[in-house]
Amino acid sequence: MVSLRSPLKIVLLGSIGVLMTVWVVENPQDSVVARLVTYDKVWGLLLQHFYLVGASALLAVVTSVPLGIALTRPRLKSWAPRVLALVNVCQTVPSLAVVALSVGFMGVGSRPAIIALWIYALLPILSNTLVGFQEVDPAITEAAHGMGMKAWRVLFRVELPMAASMIMAGIRTAVTITIGSAILAAFVGGGGMGNLIIAGNNISRAQVLVLGAALPVLMALMADLFFEGIEKRAKY
Amino acid sequence: MIRFENVVKRYPGEATDAVHNLNLEIESGTICMLVGPSGCGKTTTMKMINKLIRPSSGAILIGGRNIDTVDTIELRLSIGYIIQDTGLFPHMTVGENIAVVPGELGWKKDRISSRIDELLDLVDLNPKAFRNKKPNELSGGQKQRVGVARALAGDPPIMLMDEPFGALDPITRARMQDEFLRIQEKIRKTIVFVTHDVEEAIKMGDTIAVLKLGQIVQLSSPMEILSNPSDPFVSELIGGRNSLKMLSLMRCGQIMKTLSPAEVEEARGSPQGILGMKATAQDALSEMLRTGERFIFVEDERHDVVGVLDFENLLERVNRHGITS
Repeated sequence: MVSLRSPLKIVLLGSIGVLMTVWVVENPQDSVVARLVTYDKVWGLLLQHFYLVGASALLAVVTSVPLGIALTRPRLKSWAPRVLALVNVCQTVPSLAVVALSVGFMGVGSRPAIIALWIYALLPILSNTLVGFQEVDPAITEAAHGMGMKAWRVLFRVELPMAASMIMAGIRTAVTITIGSAILAAFVGGGGMGNLIIAGNNISRAQVLVLGAALPVLMALMADLFFEGIEKRAKY
Repeated sequence: MIRFENVVKRYPGEATDAVHNLNLEIESGTICMLVGPSGCGKTTTMKMINKLIRPSSGAILIGGRNIDTVDTIELRLSIGYIIQDTGLFPHMTVGENIAVVPGELGWKKDRISSRIDELLDLVDLNPKAFRNKKPNELSGGQKQRVGVARALAGDPPIMLMDEPFGALDPITRARMQDEFLRIQEKIRKTIVFVTHDVEEAIKMGDTIAVLKLGQIVQLSSPMEILSNPSDPFVSELIGGRNSLKMLSLMRCGQIMKTLSPAEVEEARGSPQGILGMKATAQDALSEMLRTGERFIFVEDERHDVVGVLDFENLLERVNRHGITS
């Protein structure tokens, strides 16, 4: 039943977002709000937000999953705690500072924002990948080797499927966090829903502020439900 | 045939050899039991056969070929491997588990599919009901059957079994042992079977290698081990009651006296105990004690009485082997 209920919840959350947008656009407080909030503009910012989150999460997946796999191979096993500690340290630096620092290297725009978000998405995926692989019973991988499976086949047909649900849980956490953090991109000209919040704050219009804050929250909740479904499906 | 020649294994940082100068020959089509307490080197010995562990020195030959000269993957694909708790892949169905080795061997899909059905039939599981189940939907005994089926999938001439029935309850274990022996009668594989359970070794083995501290202390048939334990360690391992255990190795059908039709007629209707041909002499003794008579009748599969077994017969059989301890 869970599988049926979560798409419903996702649709429900989505419609709340749509209704809020419609309400603000059709009943603006004043002409300033009417000019600032149009369907086109909200849609554009939403897409930008999506792009920021999608790009950084994808980058995080393609870096931390292979890294996690490498760090669970016998030869590199001893490096795992050190790498994990390093990523942990990166995580403790305030996100705004990372965003600001990356501007120093790459100038303004969406690129520094994506790099900053990527660094934040690394840790949950990496640590979950490590745990996922470490939890595979060594007796099972030994059986796989003993039966005559080649090393890469053991990895892809036995270990990876068994760790998949754990890895998905990491991706779920990373994406949900990133949706919230992506608001910061607005400070470096990266766009996204942060633009609405900053604008709403500058012109002191509650409608704009609330809409800009509510939409990312709804997005995060929807993403959480979506990835929860995938995570459950990945479970054996 | 599998042959160990002066095989030594010492793990790095250890002061003594895990396996010390081991020489062993295992005939094709027989079951060789490696038995001993934990840490005696039995599992290490077995894992050297499929190169999961490399010997420090010495050679292992299969069919006259040194396994060092054989490609590891090729070697392992020709050896069935079963471990305790079977090592079934939990994310794959029963059918997919069985299909692993045939898949690695590059068989065609329909050949693999019919092989899965054939093997599930062999281990007495209904293919239709079981091939799409996941391992966690199976009981311990069923998992073990699937484990056996998976190990047999590529039709390997050799099977390695590492305490395969160790995690089962005693009743299921006894049934699995019987069934495995029945399957072995059909398939005649060369089997290396590791166990710490001497009773299991006596029941299943054609030969038994008793290991202690990495060395073989006795290598002989179950009957010989029971009647002539080579040293106190082996006697202690067997744990006494040798004669009763010897009786458990004899089948009524093999040691009974055949009856003439007239005698059969006479026996009909008498209240004495009746056992099947495959019952052990131990069962016969128990039956005699129960009925208070000095003999029991033996019947064939059609429940016709064909022979008789008496107490003197049992006495003589056990004495012939001359218990020395």
